[in-house]
Amino acid sequence: MATIKYKGEVFSVKVNETVLDTLLNNGIAVKNSCRSGVCQSCVLKAEKGSLTEKSQQGLKDTLKTQGYFLSCMSYPENDLEIVSSTELQIPVTIIDKKMLNSDVLYIKLKYEKDFSFYAGQFINLIRNDGLTRSYSIASLPSEKSIDLHIRILPSGQMSNWLSSNASLGEKLYIEGPIGDCFYSGDKKEQPLLMVGTGTGLAPLYGILCDALGQNHQGEIHLFHGALNFSGLYLIKELFLLAEKYSNFYYYPSVLKNEIEEVNQLNQLNQEVKVGAIDKLVFQTIKKMKGWRAFLCGNPELVYSLKKQLFLAGVSLKEIYADAFLPSAK
Amino acid sequence: MSSIYEQIGGKPAVDMAVENFYRKVLTDERICHFFDDIDMEKQMAKQAGFLTMVLGGPNSYSGKDMRQGHQHLLSKGLNDSHVDAVIELLAQTLRELNIPQEVVQQIANVAESTRNDVLSR
Ligand SMILES: Cc1cc2nc3c(=O)[nH]c(=O)nc-3n(C[C@H](O)[C@H](O)[C@H](O)COP(=O)(O)OP(=O)(O)OC[C@H]3O[C@@H](n4cnc5c(N)ncnc54)[C@H](O)[C@@H]3O)c2cc1C
Ligand code: HEM
Repeated sequence: MATIKYKGEVFSVKVNETVLDTLLNNGIAVKNSCRSGVCQSCVLKAEKGSLTEKSQQGLKDTLKTQGYFLSCMSYPENDLEIVSSTELQIPVTIIDKKMLNSDVLYIKLKYEKDFSFYAGQFINLIRNDGLTRSYSIASLPSEKSIDLHIRILPSGQMSNWLSSNASLGEKLYIEGPIGDCFYSGDKKEQPLLMVGTGTGLAPLYGILCDALGQNHQGEIHLFHGALNFSGLYLIKELFLLAEKYSNFYYYPSVLKNEIEEVNQLNQLNQEVKVGAIDKLVFQTIKKMKGWRAFLCGNPELVYSLKKQLFLAGVSLKEIYADAFLPSAK
Repeated sequence: MSSIYEQIGGKPAVDMAVENFYRKVLTDERICHFFDDIDMEKQMAKQAGFLTMVLGGPNSYSGKDMRQGHQHLLSKGLNDSHVDAVIELLAQTLRELNIPQEVVQQIANVAESTRNDVLSR
């Protein structure tokens, strides 16, 4: 049985337990969220002992060589000596805060030290007590701040605290940036498909602004889906962008069209599509061979669309997806 | 003499073949149900590694052996007819990429040679 040494204490790792399980079961607080090897918020550093490939999957090479690993993916095969990863944390301050619609909160974070990222990557936002959640970056590095779109969930710990308790000037920490969901600028002529549900728009909006700013030449088609009209946001801004850039197409879509909302739609004088977003994508765009796709938001939709796009001829290497996995209990 | 791997065009050709092959597998009613819960990216990386190895390319396959890799599928009813289907789709994929028939045959033979391992016999 492998043991782990952490802050002077030694724990034995039971069969089928991860390092994260062992520490949590022994009453040690370790920040974590998705527990699926995606969000990287449970990252720890091994100072002694060898790590499995799986426990370092998805980490940047510079972090791997320094011994960082994902504790939720680590079934240790030998004894480890572990320290926490606090040196990776960057202090940030909330400098703006407003609602984008009835349940999406916008916050702007200023970072105190150098932080380089691409719009569309995500960060882990860490509250002083260690509560950690992943959020995608909707702003460009040139803005020197980080915009987040946060969906407020009825019993959501982080989202509710941010909307009700956190005020301007509030200090938090971030870790990251993480992920490969961003505009790389290497193929300017390639058509781009962007599909997001809910706050899945956050990374897509960032990627879109990046692509347009870098003068992307190929067509860009953005599908934003919500349950109903009140779930959409940034509608005017996106329609304006679609007017300004002839290669950009914006399709807001809702699953259900409620009568009282028809008025709001008419005021907009624009079309909002009704139906399942994946169906709308395939009805609107017939051939997608050679396209690049960005898929963000609801995990079921992201996974299912990824498969459908692949079967429709999009190369898997051209599909960039961020499933917004919920925190695990 | 250069390996089949080099003859058919190296890594880009293998990657393309694996993608096309996988599209066929996922839409073939005879076998697609075996792949319902499988992570496409990981599986394709393994298939590419395996194909590269059997074609004599730079060896990077680090997956399980064929017996271990398929053992858990026996309880789902894996049998000869499924192996036939897989080999048929593989050969079809390669022919569509204009790989010469004798090379297609060689690759099909390699796949055929794993049959007993795949079926744990
Ligand atoms: C890579 C990545 C990127 C992400 N980017 C964003 C982003 O840009 N914007 C954003 O708003 N979120 C994003 N998320 C989700 C985010 O990290 C949190 O999971 C979310 O904000 C909920 O946290 P919470 O503490 O408010 O709720 P929790 O306290 O974690 O959950 C409260 C309750 O809500 C349930 N719940 C969780 N998620 C959902 C859901 N989607 N729908 C319905 N019920 C749910 C939980 O099961 C629980 O019962 C991302 C997640 C990942 C993995
Ligand atoms: C004909 C010869 C075959 C070859 C050469 C072959 C090759 C491979 C390889 C290299 C792997 C990866 C092993 C690993 O996990 O490390 C694999 C996994 C797999 N194969 Fe095959 N295969 C063959 C036949 C089949 C057949 C007939 C089926 C079912 C129709 C099948 C279904 C699968 C599935 C579902 C997996 C993934 C298992 C998992 O990850 O749980 N294979 N195969």
